[in-house]
Amino acid sequence: MGKVAIIGVGQSRFVRNYPGSIRELAFEGFKEAITDAGITPQDIDASILCSAPEYDKQRSPSAVVAEYLGLNPQPTFYVESLCSSSSTGLRMAYAMVASGVHDVVAVIGLQKMSEISSAESQERMGRGADIQWESPFGTMMPAYYAMHAQAHMDKYGTTLEDLAMVRVKASTYGQINERAVFRKPVTQDMFTDPKNMMSGPVSSPLRVGDCCANADGTSCLIVASEERARSFCRKPVWILGVGAASASVNLTGRDTLYGLRAAEQAAKQAYAMAGLGPRDIDVAEVHDCFTIAELLAYEALGFVGPGGAKELIRSKETYKEGIIPVNVDGGLLSKGHPIGATGGSQVRTIVLQLRGEAGDIQVRDPQIGLVHNIGGVGIYGNVTILGNE
Amino acid sequence: MSEKKEDVRFGRFGTVSFTKTMRVNDFIDHLEKGKVMFTHCKTCGANFFPPRADCSGCLSSDMDWREVSGTGKLVSYSQLQYAPVGFEADVPYSIAMLDYGDFQIFGRFGNDLDPAEVKIGMPMATVANTLSNGQLNFVFNKA
Ligand SMILES: [Zn+2]
Repeated sequence: MGKVAIIGVGQSRFVRNYPGSIRELAFEGFKEAITDAGITPQDIDASILCSAPEYDKQRSPSAVVAEYLGLNPQPTFYVESLCSSSSTGLRMAYAMVASGVHDVVAVIGLQKMSEISSAESQERMGRGADIQWESPFGTMMPAYYAMHAQAHMDKYGTTLEDLAMVRVKASTYGQINERAVFRKPVTQDMFTDPKNMMSGPVSSPLRVGDCCANADGTSCLIVASEERARSFCRKPVWILGVGAASASVNLTGRDTLYGLRAAEQAAKQAYAMAGLGPRDIDVAEVHDCFTIAELLAYEALGFVGPGGAKELIRSKETYKEGIIPVNVDGGLLSKGHPIGATGGSQVRTIVLQLRGEAGDIQVRDPQIGLVHNIGGVGIYGNVTILGNE
Repeated sequence: MSEKKEDVRFGRFGTVSFTKTMRVNDFIDHLEKGKVMFTHCKTCGANFFPPRADCSGCLSSDMDWREVSGTGKLVSYSQLQYAPVGFEADVPYSIAMLDYGDFQIFGRFGNDLDPAEVKIGMPMATVANTLSNGQLNFVFNKA
């Protein structure tokens, strides 16, 4: 199979209440990505739209987005894996390009979550679990991740302070990310101040400060064959490894709650395909929808052994200057989590890092980067490894 | 003219049910009689909770109902202080999972159980329960 590159990346600001429709939202990231790639819509052979359904009224959104972006009559496809939809879209684009079916594919992730209330949104997210046997108990995403947090704390001695440290790190970078929805500083003592919003209980042991913010946003990646990449692009970033796995939706099918098996399996595949290991990664984006999720990711990706995540965050080794910088764009916690756009946004951050174009958050001379993107509560695991020439 | 009546019994499961018609709707009749049941594959012997009409191991659909008995170990839990639409009146409540060895059960703690009293790994029992809105579910109590 041929080599496959990412030749253009784009992303909107992540905001509350985007003042426009989903097709208009999609335009923002798309324009930035094709401008970045130096191509026109006519150069694109196919488009893949990635979002989670039921947050807006449009059915089969790939068609209206393709029309609005000038991507007819090229084929367009809709893929969905909840919060990892655009990583799934990237995997599809990789397969299409590597196989020679298409040469240039646009992967467009988007979500406009603000058409519904936060409680309605929680209900829809809750229905991304088992609606027959779990949802009737009143489940929601924070509660499922809270069960993982409780199990991890019990098994490994991870503390509430460790969880807060993840949020403090995210806010360090969210403050300087113009595209982030949450740009305020967060400090450790906010979590112990009962008058501070951050300490408010959501689902024990998780507090408001442990949860990412809903947002409206879009991301766009232009994926190309080696030949096209070299003809269009100054600095193609290569897809070195892709891993994907699934796990049971119902938690009763999981053998542990102190780790996410689908993430571990996706990581193993991506490392094997790239011929690399955890120590080769210079910069990473992980799926920190909740603080505990970032700690689970450190272990799933092998940055530390089982139970070692707390040491990594305590020693600040995942800050920009550390051994393995993680989520130096503010992560989902500060940047925001517009479900279908999230994976593409994570990939964009890594592509900019590898090109040395990440500005204030630039890590020193990274050559290999990794993206970890989870759909649902560990249902869909996706790991992508990117590298320079 | 007679129309076959739709089997909507599963609509009675939980505070809010999102499905009505399943081929394991007999679960609800057992629950109403105070029994929490799992399914047992008569062909290969696999046990399933949540109950399934079809065996994923041997693809047989020849299933028996058996009663969940004894205790399971508490795997994890969380107390919700904020609820999705339709569950507001239940707050606070705790979701949890028990490990019975052969299978695990996802559910809720009994209402009078304070999460401060529980510990991961402790034995708990699963019992049928009627909710204040007349719906049926099952809850976990200290063994
Ligand atoms: Zn069987």
